[in-house]
Amino acid sequence: MSPILFELLLRSIWETILMTAASGLISLVFGLPLGLALVATDRGGIAENLWVNRALGAVINGFRSVPFIILLVALIPVTRLIVGTSIGTWAAIVPLSIAATPYYARIAEVSLREVDHGLIEAARAMGGNRWTIIREVLVPEALPGIVAGFTVTLVTLIGASAMAGAIGAGGLGDLAIRYGYQRFETSVMIAVVIVLIVLVCGIQWAGDRLVARLDHRN
Amino acid sequence: MNQHFAPVTEVMHPVGSRSAGPHDVVRLIELKRRFGATAALDGVSLSVRQGEILGIIGRSGAGKSTLIRCLNGLERPDTGQVFIEGRDISRLGERELQPLRRRIGMIFQHFNLLSAKTVEDNVALPLKIEGRPRAERLARAAELLELVGLSEKAKAYPASLSGGQKQRVGIARALAARPALLLSDEATSALDPETTRSILALLRDINRQLGLTILLITHEMEVIRSIADRVAVIDAGRIVEQGPVWSVFADPKSAITQSLLGGIRPQLPAEIASRLTQNAGVEAILRIDVAGEAARSPLLSDLASAVPGSFRLVHGGIDHVQQQPVGTLFVAVAGSNEAHLAQVIAFLKARNARVEVLGHVANSV
Repeated sequence: MSPILFELLLRSIWETILMTAASGLISLVFGLPLGLALVATDRGGIAENLWVNRALGAVINGFRSVPFIILLVALIPVTRLIVGTSIGTWAAIVPLSIAATPYYARIAEVSLREVDHGLIEAARAMGGNRWTIIREVLVPEALPGIVAGFTVTLVTLIGASAMAGAIGAGGLGDLAIRYGYQRFETSVMIAVVIVLIVLVCGIQWAGDRLVARLDHRN
Repeated sequence: MNQHFAPVTEVMHPVGSRSAGPHDVVRLIELKRRFGATAALDGVSLSVRQGEILGIIGRSGAGKSTLIRCLNGLERPDTGQVFIEGRDISRLGERELQPLRRRIGMIFQHFNLLSAKTVEDNVALPLKIEGRPRAERLARAAELLELVGLSEKAKAYPASLSGGQKQRVGIARALAARPALLLSDEATSALDPETTRSILALLRDINRQLGLTILLITHEMEVIRSIADRVAVIDAGRIVEQGPVWSVFADPKSAITQSLLGGIRPQLPAEIASRLTQNAGVEAILRIDVAGEAARSPLLSDLASAVPGSFRLVHGGIDHVQQQPVGTLFVAVAGSNEAHLAQVIAFLKARNARVEVLGHVANSV
């Protein structure tokens, strides 16, 4: 591999990490409250409101049913509004975040839903309000699942960021297509695959470690 | 204590007739709650006095869970009133209920400890909800863990505890905010008999030491027998019987109470029961229920000297409930002479025993 290609590889790794980390963080910040809202407004939830619940569910399902490559293009006006441009790494973070947020919301919802209803009842019996229940019961008890779900989301984002090359965002996927595939640079292709494997394994390993430390359930 | 020596019939309060006194921590008036077509509570009126342990017993589905949840507003009655320390809470909003619930501790069948918090943080949680500073919370948690005998587990997580230890933590947590009332929702139903005894002993100690009023629901008569002062029997959403535990044990009025007592009271052995006939035989089988003075006196030896003829004890025993002897004896009286049998029964009745002729057996067993 030539030094130029190597430099390109390093830049692509950085772009992939940047896209994954930024959109991952955004999906966490918006997805977790969304997941909480889904559980809280559902039947028997701490803030039961079935209309809100259905509306939220419909919006989330809507975003989740659009293939990412289409979302990437369809969101160009929104991206331009937020970032000021529709091309480049930062521009890709907008559609990546918008795709990952409902995805992560659903994952967080599953973990939050698994929290034993008896624990919520105990907190209510102690005189706790909704905020207490969220802060002391729902989130801490679901935390292992919330973290494990975030790991899954990050790995999915690495995959999705490969498509961001379509709007000139760069990244490893883009590099593999343009050099490895279109220019028959097999060494680039192999290097990209290895880097991706290492990235995914690293994220998964770190996530698993964190979950093991947080999980006191047995 | 004196009232325990009064004749059974005077101690029994007709259901719902007792007027509320000034020392009632809880007073329920005509509570009704329906779930769809079934009435979970169908007009329950009940009082819990300051410092007593009231046990509510019933089969599953009798309405006891709904009842206990009405006391801290986790459940709302459709109609009726719930007075806690003189204040009607049945129409209060969630926000008004929250400070009130801090006056009421609750323990649960499945403990409901937070797995993500250490034992001390679990115990301190009610104080955190009250907004107390951390130092105060931990000091109180340490004090309570000492009380329940789990000081060395303060930094452990609940998953590493046994069922009995978890319930001790649950009790410590329920006491953290110094409640006026402790609700126990089948607190020992998930525990083995030995652990159950130690948890009940702990609740009894707490009741005595702190003067804490306890309302517990259970489906096990043994729990009532061990610690309750008074018992109320609930069936199909109604209180069918209530009174001091020993008097209800001595003279259960309703079929449901008798059936709930069945497990811990002597029963006629099946091999005799299967041979009973209503025709005169070699022996007549009598069931004799005794309580108080009748159980304390040498009843059988007095019977032997007062009425000629032989009889033998088939089965039975005398138990002590709230320091009161309460017993059931099954006696086989030889011969089937009606006059003789009437003499035996008259003697026993004169001694305040309740007698029932169950039938006759053709030959002695």
